[in-house]
Amino acid sequence: MLQFKRSVAALIAAAGVAGMFGAASADAQTIKAVMHSDVKILDPIWTTAYIQRNFGYMVWDTLFAMDEKFEVKPQMVEKWDVSADKLTWTFTLRDGLVWSTGQPVTAEDCIASIKRWGAKDSMGQKMMASVAGFEAVDAKTFRMKMKEPYGLVLESLGKPSSNVPFMMPKKTAETDPNTQIKVEDVIGSGPFIFKADEWKPGEKVVFVKNTKYKPRSEPPSGLAGGKVAKVDRVEWIAMPDVQTQVAAIENGEIDMIESPGHDLLPLLSKDKNIKLFDSNPLGNQYAFRFNSLFKPFDNPKIRHAAMVAFNQEEFLKATIGNPKYYKVCKAPFVCGTPLGTDAGMKDVLNGDAAKAKQLLKEAGYDGTPVVLMQSTDLQVLTNLAPVAKAQLEAAGFKVNMQAMDWQTLVGRRAKKDPPDKGGWNAFLTSWVAADILNPVMAGFFNASCDKAMFGWPCDATIEKMRDAFAKEIDPAKQKQIAIDLQKYWVDHPTHINVGQWYQPVALRTNIDGMLVAPVPVFWNMTKK
Amino acid sequence: MIDFIARRLVAIIPVLAVVAIFVFLMLRLTPGDPAAVIAGDNATSDQIDLIRAKLGLDLPIWQQFIIWIGDILRGNLGESFFFKKTVVELIAQRLQPTLALSICTLIIAVATAVPLGVLAAYRHGSLLDRVVMGFSVMGFSLPTFVIGYCLIYVFAIDLDWLPVQGYTRIEVDFWGFISHIILPSITLGIIYVALIARITRASVLEVLNEDYIRTARAKGLSNRVVLMRHALRNAAVPILTVIGIGVALLIGGAVVTETVYGLPGLGRLTVEAVLSRDFPTIQAVILMFSVVYVVINLLIDISYTLFDPRIRY
Repeated sequence: MLQFKRSVAALIAAAGVAGMFGAASADAQTIKAVMHSDVKILDPIWTTAYIQRNFGYMVWDTLFAMDEKFEVKPQMVEKWDVSADKLTWTFTLRDGLVWSTGQPVTAEDCIASIKRWGAKDSMGQKMMASVAGFEAVDAKTFRMKMKEPYGLVLESLGKPSSNVPFMMPKKTAETDPNTQIKVEDVIGSGPFIFKADEWKPGEKVVFVKNTKYKPRSEPPSGLAGGKVAKVDRVEWIAMPDVQTQVAAIENGEIDMIESPGHDLLPLLSKDKNIKLFDSNPLGNQYAFRFNSLFKPFDNPKIRHAAMVAFNQEEFLKATIGNPKYYKVCKAPFVCGTPLGTDAGMKDVLNGDAAKAKQLLKEAGYDGTPVVLMQSTDLQVLTNLAPVAKAQLEAAGFKVNMQAMDWQTLVGRRAKKDPPDKGGWNAFLTSWVAADILNPVMAGFFNASCDKAMFGWPCDATIEKMRDAFAKEIDPAKQKQIAIDLQKYWVDHPTHINVGQWYQPVALRTNIDGMLVAPVPVFWNMTKK
Repeated sequence: MIDFIARRLVAIIPVLAVVAIFVFLMLRLTPGDPAAVIAGDNATSDQIDLIRAKLGLDLPIWQQFIIWIGDILRGNLGESFFFKKTVVELIAQRLQPTLALSICTLIIAVATAVPLGVLAAYRHGSLLDRVVMGFSVMGFSLPTFVIGYCLIYVFAIDLDWLPVQGYTRIEVDFWGFISHIILPSITLGIIYVALIARITRASVLEVLNEDYIRTARAKGLSNRVVLMRHALRNAAVPILTVIGIGVALLIGGAVVTETVYGLPGLGRLTVEAVLSRDFPTIQAVILMFSVVYVVINLLIDISYTLFDPRIRY
C-alpha cells in the first residue's frame, strides 16, 4: 500500500514537473492574458462588442489614432490635407505598409474599408452622409470628397472604440457589413497576426508578432505612435471563473487579467508578484437609459425629475465600493476630456428627492409603474438597478424591478413592445469612456427616433445640434455647441450618467510597457 | 438479444423527435435575442434587425423549425451564430476534454468506491465502515466548486505540483494531459465515489446475509473469493445502475468542473451557447446528449446480462 502511495505521488510530481517544464519553454516570449470575454466573432465591424474591438487592434491598423491627450494623429497615413473649401480630403499612406500576406496596402483597400465601416458604425454613417465619393489617386493616395464641410473627419477615422475604422484588404472589406467575414479573411496590417490554425473557441486565441509590420518612428502614445510588438506571441486564454483567474495569475500560469473583479483587487494587491495598473484613466461611465416610447418616460419633464432624484455616489458605492476606483462626475462627455464639463448640471444628480417629487407632480405623473430591468449576472452592473429603484421610489415613482441575465436584457431592450407586454421602461448599463467623448460618438445622445439606439428618443433639437456639432469645423465653436446641447439635454434627457468608474488591469510584475490607452493593447509590452 | 438492441435503437427516434421539438420551442419561447447579442452594446435597432434577418430569425417559428429539421435530416447540424464554424466542428473540438474528464472520473470513482463499499459492508459497524460512510456523506454535501478550489489551493498554489487550469491534448503531450486532467477528475470523482460506495455497501451487505454466501463460506472459500465472486457479482445490478446514472449525471457535473478548471469541454460549450443564445449549438449539443443518455442506458441494460445470467432480453 505504501509503495502504491509513493508511486501515485511520484506520478503526480512527474506529471506536474513535466507540465511545468513544457509550459516554461513556451512562455519565454509569450504573454498569456485573460480578457473580459472569449473571442467568438472575428469581425470588429459586424459587431460592436468590445472584445472584437480589442481583437481588431491586434490584427488591423487604422488610418488615424487617438493619443494620450485625445488628439488624433496619423497612423497608417503619412500625410493628409484638406482643400481650402474643406470639401476634398487627400490621404497618402506610409511607405512599406503590407498585409501579413506580403501584399501592399493600397488606397483601394482603404476606400473599401471606410465604406464598410461607414455603413455600419453610427459615427461613420453620420460622416458618410456628408461624403460625395472617393477616388484612388494612385496606389498610396486617395481622396474623399464631401458634399459639405464636415468637422469630424479625423475624429471619425481616428475613432478609438467600437466600431473602429480598421483597414482591411479590399476583398475582405467588400463583404456585406451585415455578414461576418470569414476566418481565412482575417488578414491585417497590424502589429500582430492572428493564428487561425491555433484558434480554439472557448480555449484560446493566439497572435504572433507581425515581422512585416513597419511601425511609426514616434514613441507610442495612447493608440497612436509606433506600435512595436516586443513579444513573439500573445495568447488570450478563455477562463470564465474569476477565482481560477486569480489562482492562475498567482501561480504564474497567466500574466494578465484584463478585468479582475473589484472585490478581488485587495487579494491581488497583496501578492508581491502582481501589480495593478490603471491603463484607462478615463475609465467607464454608468448610464441609466430611458425608453422614450412609453409612459412615464415619454415625457421629458418626468425624465428630468429622475435626473434630479439620482445621486451618483450611491450607485458607485453599491457597485464599485472603493472610492479609489470611482469618481462622482456629472459631465456626460466624461471628466478629464476636452468636452468634459458639468455646465447646466448644478441642480441635477444631487439626490434631491423632494424637488424630484415636486417636478413629478408638475409633470402630471399618474403613477404608471416603471419597468426597470436588472441584470444579475454581471457583477459591475448588478447593484445599479436596486439603487435606482430606491432613489426613484424616494422621489415618488412606482418601480417594478425585474431581474434577468444580461443576455435576456440585451434581447428585451431591442423590443419596442409596451412595458406590460414584454417591453421595458429603463435599464442600466456601462460605457467605456472612449465611446462617449462627444455628442456624435455617444450613442445614447442619438435622438433620431427609430434610427436611435434602444430607448428610441425622438428630439429634433438634439439632432439639429448634433448635426451642427458634426459639421462645425472650428473646434471652439464645436465645443460651444456641445455645451449648449448638454444644457438642453439636462431638461430633455435621453439617459442619465450615474458615475464614472475605473477598472485596473492585473499584471505579473515581470510584464512591463503596458500603454495608457482606452483599449488594452499589447504592443510595447515586454516580459522579463 | 439482437431484437432487444434493435428495438431500443429504434426507440431513440421518437425520443430525439420529442427532444428536438421541445428544445427548439423552448429556445424560441424563452427571452433572449441572439441578433442583439451579436450586434453588441452599441448597436442600433436597424443593425440588430439586419443581423436577425441574415440569421433567418425574422421568419415565423414554424418555418424556422422546418428548415432546421430539414437540415438535421440531411445530416447538417448547422453553423454557430457566432463562430464561423459548423456545430459539428465545435463539438469535435470540445469533445476530447469532456470525454477525458468523464473517463478519468469514472475510473477514479469505480476503482475507489467499489473496494471501499465492499470493505465497508464486510466490516459492517466497524470504524472503517463509519469512516467510509462519513466520507460518503461529506462527498455528497460538498459542492463541486468548493472541492475544486480547495484542491487548486493545495496542489496548484501551495504545493505547486499541478497547474491551476487549462487543458493539454493527449496527443500533444501525454504528461501535460495527465497533469491537467487529474485534479478535475478527482474533484468531479468525489461525489461519485460517495454515491457508488454507499450503494455498493448497501447491496453487498444485503447479499452477505443470503444463504448462498453462508454456503460458500461453509465450503471453506476464502473471504476474498466470497466477496468478489459471490457477493459482489450478485450485488452488481444496482451498482451498475448507479454507475450508469452517474455517467449521465457527469455531463451536468462537468459544466461546473470545466468552468473551475478552465477545461474547454462540452459542458462549457453548452453554458456559453445558452448564455449567448447560440441556438444551433444548443440544439445540436442537447440532441447529442440525448443520444448519449439513451445509448448509455442501453449499454447498462446489456451489461446486466453479463453479471446476472437470470436476466434475459
